Amino acid sequence: MPVSMPSLTRRDFARIALFSSMAAMGGIIGSGKAFAEPKGEPIKIGILHSLSGTMAISETTLKNLMLMLIDQQNKKGGLLGRPLQPVVVDPASNWPMFAEKARQLLSMDKVSAVFGCWTSVSRKSVLPVFEELNGILFYPVQYEGQECSRNIFYTGAAPNQQAIPAVDYLLSEEGGSARRFVLMGTDYVYPRTTNRILQNYLQSKGIPAEDIMINYTPFGQSDWQTIVSRIKKFGYAGKKTAVVSTINGDANVSFYKELSNHGISSIDIPVMAFSVGEEELAGMDTHALVGQLAAWNYFESIDTPKNKAFIQDWHRFSHNPKRTTNDPMEAHYIGFNMWVQAVNKVGTTDHDKVIDAMIGIRQANLTGGVATMLPNHHITKPVYIGEIQKDGQFNTVWQTPEPIAGQAWSPWVPESKGLIGDWSAAVHCGNYNTLTHTCIGHKS
Amino acid sequence: MNQSAKSLFLAMFLVFSLAYGATGYAKIQKAIAENAITTSSPDSSGDPLSGLASGQFNQIAETVSALALSDPDRAKSIVSALQTNALYQDSRHGLYLEKENGYADIRSGQKISLTDDGLKPVRINNKVRLALVTSTALFGLSSPNAATRLQSADTLYSHAIPAFTPKISAALAQEKDQKVKLAFEKAQAAAFLSETPLATGDNARLKAIAILKKSGGLDAHNILCRIAASSLESQSVKQSAKKAVSSIEFRLGFWDLLQNAFYGLSYGSVLLLAATGLAITFGIMGVINMAHGELIMIGAYVTYLVQQSIHTVFPALDPFALVVAVPVAFLACGALGVLIERGLIRFLYGRPLETLLATWGLSLILQQAIRSLFGATNIEITTPYWLAGSFMLGGIEITLNRLVIFLFAFAVLGALMMTLRRTSIGLEMRAVTQNRRMSALMGVRTPRVDALAFGLGSGIAGLAGVAATQIDNISPNLGQNYIIDSFMAVVFGGVGNLWGTFAGAMTLGMGDKVLEPSIGAVSAKIAILVLVIVYIQRHPRGMFPLRGRGVES
Repeated sequence: MPVSMPSLTRRDFARIALFSSMAAMGGIIGSGKAFAEPKGEPIKIGILHSLSGTMAISETTLKNLMLMLIDQQNKKGGLLGRPLQPVVVDPASNWPMFAEKARQLLSMDKVSAVFGCWTSVSRKSVLPVFEELNGILFYPVQYEGQECSRNIFYTGAAPNQQAIPAVDYLLSEEGGSARRFVLMGTDYVYPRTTNRILQNYLQSKGIPAEDIMINYTPFGQSDWQTIVSRIKKFGYAGKKTAVVSTINGDANVSFYKELSNHGISSIDIPVMAFSVGEEELAGMDTHALVGQLAAWNYFESIDTPKNKAFIQDWHRFSHNPKRTTNDPMEAHYIGFNMWVQAVNKVGTTDHDKVIDAMIGIRQANLTGGVATMLPNHHITKPVYIGEIQKDGQFNTVWQTPEPIAGQAWSPWVPESKGLIGDWSAAVHCGNYNTLTHTCIGHKS
Repeated sequence: MNQSAKSLFLAMFLVFSLAYGATGYAKIQKAIAENAITTSSPDSSGDPLSGLASGQFNQIAETVSALALSDPDRAKSIVSALQTNALYQDSRHGLYLEKENGYADIRSGQKISLTDDGLKPVRINNKVRLALVTSTALFGLSSPNAATRLQSADTLYSHAIPAFTPKISAALAQEKDQKVKLAFEKAQAAAFLSETPLATGDNARLKAIAILKKSGGLDAHNILCRIAASSLESQSVKQSAKKAVSSIEFRLGFWDLLQNAFYGLSYGSVLLLAATGLAITFGIMGVINMAHGELIMIGAYVTYLVQQSIHTVFPALDPFALVVAVPVAFLACGALGVLIERGLIRFLYGRPLETLLATWGLSLILQQAIRSLFGATNIEITTPYWLAGSFMLGGIEITLNRLVIFLFAFAVLGALMMTLRRTSIGLEMRAVTQNRRMSALMGVRTPRVDALAFGLGSGIAGLAGVAATQIDNISPNLGQNYIIDSFMAVVFGGVGNLWGTFAGAMTLGMGDKVLEPSIGAVSAKIAILVLVIVYIQRHPRGMFPLRGRGVES
C-alpha cells in the first residue's frame, strides 16, 4: 500500500515522514566508499533486502553484511581494478515491491549482481524479473527447493542439506530414536513443501502416517496454548516424539515460551528448528531452551581460524562486540566470494559469461571444507546439528562427514522424481527429466 | 592395549563413515546407524570411567547411569561437573575436573597443573542430559528433604529407567511420608513396566498397570500405550493396559474441555487488555487510532528499559521490574498519547478518513523510530521466577503467566470503570462524548478532556504492552499483531460500551480456542472472521449497542 498521500495528511506530517525516511537511507549510502584505491567506473552491486516491515528483523543484518563484504573487497583493490559500489534498496517486506525494486536495480541502476530476498514468496516474485532482464541473484536462505533458475544462485540449503539430515539425526539412537513426529510450520510455501518432503521421507523410513502430525499456524502466531497442549498429548502416547519446526523466525519465541511454561523440555519432546539461529536466540530468554535443536550449515560457535576472523570483522564493522553471526550470513559470504572469483576468471561482469563461469567455482567455508558451485546452481554444504546453550549459542552434536550436494528437485515429491537442474553447456536446462531425457522447459 | 584397540576401532569407523559419505548422502543414515552400533556396545574394559572420554554421547550417558547405581558418590561429582561443563578430557582419554585453581585427575583425585591447551570439555547432548536428570533424581530419593524426594520420584515417574527399579523399591520400603510414598509407588510401577516382560511375572505387571491407571495423566498414558502396543507382552497384560488407556483418555477428554475453556479465557483476556485502550480512544472518542498497536509496542519497550535500568541500579529487585514497569509504562504511553492528540489528532476531529491515514502514517513512523533506536531484532525480557511454570488444578494445567495476565486484565478493566464512573474527569469524559457543545457551555474544557481521554486510552495500551512482554516476542512489529484483533473486539462488542468490549474480547478468544483444536489455527482464524462479518451485517452496532438519546444516528 502506498504510504505518502500528501494531499490528505498535514504538511508537517509529510515532512516528518520524508525526513525520517531520508535519515534512514542516509546511513546506508556513503559507507560503501573506500579509500579510493581502485579506479575507473564503479561496478554496481544491488542489495535487495527489506529494511522495514516484518522481515527487517532478519534482512537488515544481511544488508549490513553485504556492505561489509563490499567494503573489504574495495580495500583489497576492488574488482578488475574498479571499485565496487553498493546500491541499497528497501522492498519493505512487501512482495510486489520486491519485483519493482528488482526491475529498478536491473534496468535503471544496471547492477552486475544482486544479493537479496529472504522469504520464498519474495524470491518467487522477483524470479520472472531476473529471467526477463537476464540478471544474477544470489539467494542466501535455506528454502524448499523445487526451483532451478539460470539467473539465480541458491547459496542457502536445499531440503536435502538441512531437513533430511536433521530428521535422520532424530531417528538415530544418539538423537533419541524418535518414532513419532510433529511437523509444525507457518502456513506458507517453505514449510508446506518441506513438510511434504519430510512426510514422504519419514514414511519411507517406516514411520506410519498416524504417527505423523502436521500442523500449520498463521504468520505471527502468538497464542500457542492449544497447539502446545495438542503436541503434548500427541507426544505422550507410547513412542518417543520429536517436533520438527519450520515456524517462521519471529513466532518461535512465543512457541518456545509456551513449551517451557508447560514444562516440556528437550529431554521430553525435542524440537528441531530450521529457522531458529543465533540472531533469533539473541532476543530470547534461553534458559528454558537448553538442549533444543537446530540444523544449519553454519554455527557461530564452530571454532576455526576463518570463522574467528569473520566474527571479528563483523564486530568491528557493526561496532557491537555482541553482534551474532548466522547461517544466511555465511551463505552471502560464500556467494559474494564465488561471484568475485567468477568475474576475475572471465575478466568482465557480463551476465551471461559470469553465469557460465560460476559453475565449478570453489570457495572455502567459514567452518571448514570447501563449497563448490554445482551445475544446478546450488552449492555443496556441510550440515551441522546443534543444541541450544544457555548463552544463546549452539553446541554442535552431530555433523555430516562430508559436504552434501544441494538437490534442486526433491526425489521425495512424486512430481519432481527424476528431475535435475543442470545449467552446464551440455544439458542447459533447469528441469531436465532424467527418466524421459527431455527438458520440460519453462512452466510456472 | 585397550586404548589402542579403541583408537583402531575409531579409525575404522572414521574410514567407514568417510567411505559411506563419499558414495553419497543417502548413506548418511546408515552411517548414523553404524555409529549407534559402535557406541551402544558396552565397554569391555575394567575402567568404569573410560566411557566418559569416548566422545560418544551414548557411551557417556550409559557410563553416567551405571555409575549412579554402582558408585553414587563419585557419580554425584561427575554429574554436577557435566552439568556445568567442568569435566575435561585430554587427547589420551584422561579425565579432569575443573577446580578453583587448576584441574584434578578424576581417577586418582590428584591435583594436576595443566595448561588449557590440550584439554577440551566433555560435551553433552539430550541423551546425556536425560541420564544426568535421572541420576540426579536417583540421588534425590534418599534426600532428607521430603520435597526433594517427591520431585525425584516425579522425575523418575516421567522418565522411567528399568535399571533403577531396585533402588526405588528400597527407598519405598523406608519411606514414612504418605504423599511421598504414593509418588514412589508410581515411580516404581513405571520403572517396573519399562523392564522387559520376561524378567517379571504377569501378576506383578497387572498390579503396576492398576497403579498407573489410578494415577492417570499423560505420563501414565505414555507408558500404558507402549505396553498396549508391545509385541512382548502377554495378552492379558495388553488387554488390561488397553482398558487403562481408554479409561485415562476418557478422563483426559473431560479435563480437555475445561482446559480449552481456560485457554479461551486467557486468550480473551489478552485481547481484552489490548482492546480496552482502544475502547476509549475509538469506542468513546470515535478516533480511529491505527497507531494503537504501536502504543502497545512502546509499552513493551518501556518495560524493557525499566528492566535494564533496574538491572544496572538495583540487581536485587530484578524479579519485580515488571511491577515497576506497570506505572512507568502507563505514564510514558499516556504522555505520548497526550502528545499525539495535541500534535496531530485534534486537527482532524470529524474527519475519520484523514484520521485513519494520519494515524497509520504515525504507526509507521513509530515503528521505524523504534527500529532505528533499538535495532530490528527482538529484544530480550527475562521472565521473573514468579511468572514461570504452571500448576495443576484438577486435570487442568494453568500456566502462571496466563493466570496473572488474566487477573491483570480484569484489574485494568475494573480500574477504568471506576475512573469513568466515580471521578470527575470520568464524568467529564462521558459528558463530552455524549454532547460536546452542551458540555462546553456547562464549563467543561473540552480540549483538555479530549487530551486526557486519549492519554488514558494510550496509557492502557502501554499496560497491554507490559503484559505482552510475557507472552510475545518484543520487536518493532509487535503492535501489528494486536491492532486488527483489538478493533474487532471493540466493534464486535459494541462501540462505546466497555462491557461490550469485554464480551467481544472474551467471545473472540473463546471462539478461537474452541475451534482451533478441531479445525486448525489457520482455519479457526478464518472462521472467526467470517462469523464476525456475518454478525456485524445483522447487528451493525455490535453485541451491546449504546442506546438512548445520546447516541448519534
